Amino acid sequence: MDTAQEVPTTQTEPKKTINVSGSVALLEGLIAEGTDIVFGYPGGAIMPIYDALYDYDEKLKHILVRHEQGATHAAQGYARTSGKVGVVFATSGPGATNLVTGLADAQIDSTPMVCITGQVFAHLLGTDAFQETDVINITTPVTKWNYQVTDASEIPAALAKAFYIARSGRPGPVLIDITKNAQLQMFDYEGYTPCEHIRSYRPRPVVRKEYIEKAAAMINAAKKPFVLFGQGVSLGSAEQEFKAFIEKSGIPAAWTILGAGAISTDHPLNVGMLGMHGNYGPNVQTNSCDVLIAIGMRFDDRVTGRLDKYAKQAKVIHLDIDPAEIDKNVKADVPVWGDCKETLPLLTELVEAKKHTEWLAEFRAFDQTEQEQLIGKELSPESGEMTMGEVIHQLNVLTKGEAVIVTDVGQHQMVACRYAKFNHTRSNITSGGLGTMGFGLPAAIGAKFGTPDRTVVAVIGDGGFQMTLQELGTIMQSGVNVKIMILNNRFLGMVRQWQQLFHDKRYSSVNITSPDFVKLADSYYIAGKKITEREELAGALKEMLDHPGSFLLEVMVAQEHNVFPMVPQGMSVSEIRLK
Amino acid sequence: MSNSNEIETTGKQEFTITVYTENRIGILNRIAIIFSRRKINIESLNTSPSEIEHIHRFNILIHETEEVVRKLSRQIEKQVEVLKVYYNTNQDIIWQEMALYKVPTDTIAELVSVERLLRENGARAVVIRKDYTVFETTGHREETDKLIEVLQPYGLIEFVRSARVAIIKDSEGFNRKLREFERREPGEDVIENEFLDKEKNVFTM
Repeated sequence: MDTAQEVPTTQTEPKKTINVSGSVALLEGLIAEGTDIVFGYPGGAIMPIYDALYDYDEKLKHILVRHEQGATHAAQGYARTSGKVGVVFATSGPGATNLVTGLADAQIDSTPMVCITGQVFAHLLGTDAFQETDVINITTPVTKWNYQVTDASEIPAALAKAFYIARSGRPGPVLIDITKNAQLQMFDYEGYTPCEHIRSYRPRPVVRKEYIEKAAAMINAAKKPFVLFGQGVSLGSAEQEFKAFIEKSGIPAAWTILGAGAISTDHPLNVGMLGMHGNYGPNVQTNSCDVLIAIGMRFDDRVTGRLDKYAKQAKVIHLDIDPAEIDKNVKADVPVWGDCKETLPLLTELVEAKKHTEWLAEFRAFDQTEQEQLIGKELSPESGEMTMGEVIHQLNVLTKGEAVIVTDVGQHQMVACRYAKFNHTRSNITSGGLGTMGFGLPAAIGAKFGTPDRTVVAVIGDGGFQMTLQELGTIMQSGVNVKIMILNNRFLGMVRQWQQLFHDKRYSSVNITSPDFVKLADSYYIAGKKITEREELAGALKEMLDHPGSFLLEVMVAQEHNVFPMVPQGMSVSEIRLK
Repeated sequence: MSNSNEIETTGKQEFTITVYTENRIGILNRIAIIFSRRKINIESLNTSPSEIEHIHRFNILIHETEEVVRKLSRQIEKQVEVLKVYYNTNQDIIWQEMALYKVPTDTIAELVSVERLLRENGARAVVIRKDYTVFETTGHREETDKLIEVLQPYGLIEFVRSARVAIIKDSEGFNRKLREFERREPGEDVIENEFLDKEKNVFTM
């Protein structure tokens, strides 16, 4: 070749760097990722990060929780209402182990969260140093990904990877453990580059058209198609796409508790809640539909009941972003692997516009039965002790479905999920998969920070409240406006219900006593009220909602009241009991 | 080798799971707990660098039903640092295990029969010292087991066996796949949803 060798015309400029500590690089990275709030608790091994935070108080709001578990649930609540990644800081050792419950909860409920833990100096790793714990190995089963940083220069890339993994694909919690020397170490920081690709990780499957076509053909041929939807719809921000799909195809749709709110409660095709304490129609009809279309849900055992008697007559179409969910519990005839934001519009295009009037009427007939035999008495009892259902009903009347409802775990949770009205997505914040008692109060704090303009009501039982009640301190100090409603039945109600129904009423350790919750709130400078009579309910709820700040309302409800309908464990969904 | 009667009654048989991962600290634990959480015993485990730099290849041997193996494989492949998982029955692979046997040199030297037995079993001397000799053999479990029995009467001092290493008969290699993984928008034909195409043969090549 005779062409002159090309001389490089531009010399690669050396990247501009600034000399900063690992801690400063971490905070810069968080800001670059759009973080504006961190829930955390300081301690020895994370002190350099907190020291750096001192100069960042205008850009990064730090909420001092009262226990690290509270920080994780608050971050979950924040992530669930805002759609952003929740961020947690905790120190090494006990600080880190206290994150485990929240991580497990976020893992099973697919909540995007990044936890930063401090760790002992790198040279002390493995020596049983003060507050050393092997947090990477402890958290491996409960994180989507985790990584230990021992050198400051790793921080920007590790953080970028953490955020990318936490929020892409099926979201989940990620933990970065940073040794104290890496937090202190000065290094040449080149700025923050977000992560967009990891070769071993494929969060966005390529959608295969032929499976969309197969699914559409199956739907078009169906006489009794039935949609089950889960949190995948809201995690994928596909609420509009979902609505368009069911409205065109005219298919009745039922939800898992984490799916609630993706379409409004009042939508004519919303036929109610699935699962153990779900509605009558959706459970029974699961075993009479001909095509079952599962969208962003994972056939949890609380949804399916006995698997070998679950929808055996139906062809199953399963839309999910996580291939490990396809065929895990229920075999799919047509698997549609992909992001439902992408797959639903493709499906909508191919399905015929229909109205399944008669089929929908069958659901409404079941509703009628459930209404007459159960719901009516539940929501509007005329005498006797107050029911949880009527409290939620009264709350609906006042909030008109506009509020964010955060629940704890137990009877009140099932009642709230069944009866609360939701006009908007990302409004039902609850611990679904893990069933974490103590979730409610801290999650409500985070939920409010995630959506400051909306009313946030935490519905909590007397048992669960006592698991994380120290977070009243967080409410006091941060000034966050959370409405706390304790439905007090003086029992660990759900366990008591099972003991009554399945253990000969042998009430073993379910009788729980409580402190004076109103006085407790008062000691945290939080307004409160306790009511025992039906006549006070509407007024007290109004007072709670109208109060300018946080408010704790304790409602004394029936002591031995059971949540029905119920699919007893080991039974088929169609064997659901109304009493 | 798995007993075909057993496959019929319990549905369980030997499966070799091949996993390609990034060479990262902690990935062994992430993979191992997917088995232990379901209380599944790993019969043998080999992990070592693959032919591609920075990528490790695992061979995991378990005794399970295909249905469970498929679910496990998907859960392994879901791990962020796992590139690809395949599972195969014994019919689909060529496999070997290596074994080392330490026996007293004097017995071997004195007894001609031992020498013959070793030759018959395809063993090869690795080290010969005055006090002991180390033999090596490779083969299937039954073969290496048999040599233990043979050598036991002659004062077998020590024995060790490696995990199974397996080559997948139908494999076209991993290089081409890896190049696709490195692209931001991988080609549809090469990777994604391949399990949907192959219905039953999910995660097999």
